[in-house]
Amino acid sequence: MTALSSSRATAPGQASSAPERGTDTHPSLGERAKGISRLPLSLARPARHLSLNLALTALVVAASVLSLTMGAAGLGLGDLLHAATGAGLSPRDEVVLYDIRLPRLAMGLIVGAALAVSGVLLQGLFRNPLADPGIVGVSAGAGFGAVVALVLGGLLPLGLAQALGSWLVPLAAGLGGWATTLLLYRVATTGQRTDIAIMLLAGIALSALTGAATGVLTYLADDRQLRDLTFWSMGSLAGATWTKLAAALPLMGAALILAPRLARGLNALALGEAQANHLGIDVQHLKRLAILSAAAATGAAVAASGGIGFIGLVVPHLLRQAQGPDHRRLIPHAALLGAGLLVLADLVSRTIVAPAELPIGILTALFGAPVFLWMLMNGKLRGR
Amino acid sequence: MLQIENLSVRLGRRPILQDVSLTTRAGEVLAVCGANGAGKSTLLKAVLQEHPAQGTIRLNGRDLASCRPHTLAALRAVVPQDTEIAFGFTLGEIVAMGRQAGSAAHETEIDALALAAVGLQGREGEDVRTLSGGERQRGHLARALAQVWHPVGPEGPCWLMLDEPVSSLDLGQQLKVMQLARGFADAGGGVIAVMHDLNLSAMFADRLAFLVDGHLAALGPPDSVLQEPLLSRAYDCHVALNRLPATGPWLLPQTCTLRGD
Repeated sequence: MTALSSSRATAPGQASSAPERGTDTHPSLGERAKGISRLPLSLARPARHLSLNLALTALVVAASVLSLTMGAAGLGLGDLLHAATGAGLSPRDEVVLYDIRLPRLAMGLIVGAALAVSGVLLQGLFRNPLADPGIVGVSAGAGFGAVVALVLGGLLPLGLAQALGSWLVPLAAGLGGWATTLLLYRVATTGQRTDIAIMLLAGIALSALTGAATGVLTYLADDRQLRDLTFWSMGSLAGATWTKLAAALPLMGAALILAPRLARGLNALALGEAQANHLGIDVQHLKRLAILSAAAATGAAVAASGGIGFIGLVVPHLLRQAQGPDHRRLIPHAALLGAGLLVLADLVSRTIVAPAELPIGILTALFGAPVFLWMLMNGKLRGR
Repeated sequence: MLQIENLSVRLGRRPILQDVSLTTRAGEVLAVCGANGAGKSTLLKAVLQEHPAQGTIRLNGRDLASCRPHTLAALRAVVPQDTEIAFGFTLGEIVAMGRQAGSAAHETEIDALALAAVGLQGREGEDVRTLSGGERQRGHLARALAQVWHPVGPEGPCWLMLDEPVSSLDLGQQLKVMQLARGFADAGGGVIAVMHDLNLSAMFADRLAFLVDGHLAALGPPDSVLQEPLLSRAYDCHVALNRLPATGPWLLPQTCTLRGD
């Protein structure tokens, strides 16, 4: 075997086969051949994960502080420090801080984390880095539910419509999203086995169907409804209140707590369903939990904040390149990066054209799509 | 002990495997041989529960149908023919997956030992997608070895189940891999391997299970199974049978006959 490794090491062109991750920790190919590369590699990796952890935490903290101290109301860092040390704020500033910015920040954090972790779960499940929360039909179904509520909401009995109030659209969006996912799951499951490829194909068909139905309703909508519809589909955290947060939190929170438990199974699934089973994973159980938690989290996120794209697609990619594909680290890191990025996007969305607001979905697409294209052109999607 | 009783597999209406019964003990290397389409891989897949099958399979006395995946994972490891690995996992991470599924999950030093056993020492940082076919196959073997590192575990003997483990390997690597399998059995584990190469099977296996058209046509030591009538019937060609004192029978295909001649 020594002969094999040294022949590999000295053969011209073999240098290019050294993995990106290894190159900075392998001092030279000659040493690699002696088999001592294991040592620096095993030392470098925990250090890298620690620094990534710290960087992501710093991002979330910085984004949160910025988000609390910047905005149209002119409540600054000094006022925030006052509030933190127990000194009083003016009643107006108190309302701005506790009833507007804090719930909005909390909603941004949890929605960002939920979308990014859903992306990780679904990419792992479909063994495909191109999967995103839209793939299980949640987005299309939720969009359809929202349109139904916006356009046909007026047909509800007056008492019911008043009782639901501003809950009507989020509720309909959540129900639409979950109903679509459940239907997809049923279509793709025969006996005790869910066929992931069928799920993907059925998802395309169902998305087309709900898209067509949405189109019919859009056609029927009047001008005011059309405007509401357009803004909903572009997403916003502007409506975040503590009550809305309380309604959306349980589902997203449950999914975020459950997700790390699926990490080992998703790792094994990278070898294929049969091998994952031979590695002791109950694959059907894993699929069911991953689909349901992704659908619950995405459905609640879409219901709370409308259509916010690209977080679920881009965040897992960026992290796979930074730290490798191990889901045990990917899931917590995705929660942090998704939360930080969405809060930053929200900050930009409400300050860039202040006192007006740009819908946040426009921003995530504006930044997310070029990043995604850049990764495609660099062949990074083949990487991690 | 692996007991297979009246195993039958159908694909649609077509029977692939009919009423196969055999028993193999720990300490033995059993090679499953036969022509293309004879049902070798199907037999292994049925034992691994990848194919729905009729019949009973018992591993160390337990009925497989009632075993949970994690219970089985501590008892037997599987080397597939070849699988595409999604995302950029490293060789080290793949081997660790095997170790963590087995009964020696916390003995982290196993990873390096298993890689060294297949001649991939010092390569744990490499992305599996950059490996050659043969290296990937040995990587899967290292993962399987890490999963059943102690051939006799707390739940009795462990099993290695190999689906054409040497199909993408050169001559020297074929011998090394078969020696690993032999060593695993000699240390008290059990090995069942689907094999194309009859000469390698004769060299390393204690017994051969020879399938013809989904039936178990012969079961026994290489000398008794590798006989001219069976081979020419199975492979539709004439085979010259010889014997080496050190390794037993070896054979050379001679003339091909076309069916209907």
